[in-house]
Amino acid sequence: MVGAIVELATVPLVEFPFESNYVRSIIYVSLYVSLTAVVLSTLVSLPVAMLVGFAEFPGRRLAIALINTGMGLPSVVVGLAVLFLVSNQGPLGSFDLVFTKEAMIMSQFVLATPVITGVSLAAVTGVDDGVRDASYALGGTRLDVALVTITEARYGIATGVLAGLGRAISEVGSVLIVGGNIAGADGTAITRTLTTAIQLEARQGRFELALLLGGILLVLVLLVNAVVLRLGGGRV
Amino acid sequence: MGIAGCSDTDDGGDAEITDQTLTLTTTTSTYDTGLVDELNLAFEERFGAGVAAVNEGTGAALETGRRGDADVVLVHARALEDEFIREGYGVNRRDLMYNDFVVVGPDDDPAGIDGLDEVTEAFRAIAESESVFVSRGDSSGTHTKELELWDAAGLDPGGEWYREAGSGMGQVLVQADQSSGYTLADRATYRSMRSQLSLGIRVEGPIEDGPELLANPYGIVAVNPAVHDTVEYDLALAYIGFLTSRAGQDVIESYTVEGEQLFFPRSLSAEPNFEQYVPEDWTREVD
Repeated sequence: MVGAIVELATVPLVEFPFESNYVRSIIYVSLYVSLTAVVLSTLVSLPVAMLVGFAEFPGRRLAIALINTGMGLPSVVVGLAVLFLVSNQGPLGSFDLVFTKEAMIMSQFVLATPVITGVSLAAVTGVDDGVRDASYALGGTRLDVALVTITEARYGIATGVLAGLGRAISEVGSVLIVGGNIAGADGTAITRTLTTAIQLEARQGRFELALLLGGILLVLVLLVNAVVLRLGGGRV
Repeated sequence: MGIAGCSDTDDGGDAEITDQTLTLTTTTSTYDTGLVDELNLAFEERFGAGVAAVNEGTGAALETGRRGDADVVLVHARALEDEFIREGYGVNRRDLMYNDFVVVGPDDDPAGIDGLDEVTEAFRAIAESESVFVSRGDSSGTHTKELELWDAAGLDPGGEWYREAGSGMGQVLVQADQSSGYTLADRATYRSMRSQLSLGIRVEGPIEDGPELLANPYGIVAVNPAVHDTVEYDLALAYIGFLTSRAGQDVIESYTVEGEQLFFPRSLSAEPNFEQYVPEDWTREVD
C-alpha cells in the first residue's frame, strides 16, 4: 500500500525542483515510519482503552489522567527520552538503533499511543450499555462483547487512529533528534521525512520549497484519511 | 594499502568494508552548502562504504560524538574540538579546510561599519548604535566565534537590539535580512544564499584580506574507540585519510556554488604542523 501511495503522490511531480528519487524516498520514509508507528500504537491502544473503559481497578482515574496528559507530550521531549534510550550508552545502546527508522518509529509510537487510546476510550465508553448487555445475554464471551463494542465504536476509533497518524506524520521534533535527518549522498532519504526535509529547506531560507513539501504532506495525509475512512465504512 | 589498492575493476574496493556505514556528524555550514554530499559521494566511490551524515551545530555534533553515536566529527570551533580531545573522546584530529566569517548587514549600514579593518571595532559600533544584531544562539561554531568576538571587543551584548535566534545559519541570515540587522555569517553559507538576501558584506574575513580574527578553520576528529568500542574507528580513519588526501582536498578545492569556491583545502603540507593533532595550547609537561 505504501508503494502505491508513493507512486500516486509523485506522479504529478514531473516538473519538480527536487529529483524524483529524493522526494519519493522522503515520502516512503514518512509513510513507513508513521504508518508502522500508528499500527503498533493501535494494537496497544485498543486493549488499553477497553481495559481502562470497562474494568474496575484501583488507579483507573489516574490511568485516564495519564492518557490525557500523554496527548500533550512535547515531541522534542519524547525525542530526547528515546535518544537517551537508544543512544550508544543508553539501555538499548547495544541494538544500534540511534539514527535509524526504528528509533523514529519508537518515538512516534510514544506520541501517537496516548492520542489513539484517549479517543478510542471515549468512543468505546460511549457505546450504548444496551448493546453490551444484549451481547452478554446472547451468550457472548468477554472477547465477543469486546469485539461487539469495538465494532460499534469503529467510527470513533477510526477518528482516533487518524488523529494519532496526524500527530505522528506531522511532528518534526522527535524524528529530527532520534533519526538525524539523514539522506545519502546520492539523495536517497534514509531517515529524512517530509517534516524534517521541510525544516531543512526552511533553515536555508528556501521557503517556497519548504511550502511545496508541506503541500505534499497535506495531500499524503488526505490520501491516507480517505483510505482509512473507506476501511472504516465511510460514515464519519 | 590493503584497501582497494590493487583493483582495476573499479568496483568500489574491499568487500570487508562495503557493507559498513560510517556515521558522520557535521555542522550545518558544510551540510547546507552541499559539500559534505560531494565528499561522501567521492568516498563511497572509492571505498564502497556508505556515509550517514547527521547535521547539527558544532556543540551538538561533538555531544553526539561524546555519546558514541557518531564515528567521526567534522566541525569548526577549535576551542570545542580541543575540549573534546582533552576529555579523551576524540583522537587523530586533522586540519581539513578553512574559509572565513564575514559580518553582513543592510545596505544603509546604520552602525557605519562598512570597510572597518577591525571586527572588534565593528562590533563595538553595532552595540553603541544599538543596531539590530541577530545571533545564532545555538552553540554552533559560528555562535562560538561570535561570542569570542564580543569578548575580544570587551562587550557583553544584551538588550532589545541583540536577538538570539537559536536557529541555523540560513534562517539567521533570513531573519537579519528581514529585520535589517547585522549578523556574523560563514562566507560559504552567505555566498550560497546571497541571491535571496539584500544583506551585503560589511567586514571582510581573511580570505579577502580582512582581520585574521575572522578565520574559520574546519577540523575532523575520529571518536576514540577506547572510550566507545562500538564506533567504526577503522572506517573513520579511512574517511579522515580520504578527506585529507589529495583526492579529497581536490574535491574541496573544486567545489563551487554559483561559480564561487566556498572552502579552501588545508590538509596537504610538507611541514609537520604538529598543532593540528593536539589541543592548540598543549605543551608536553616537563619535570
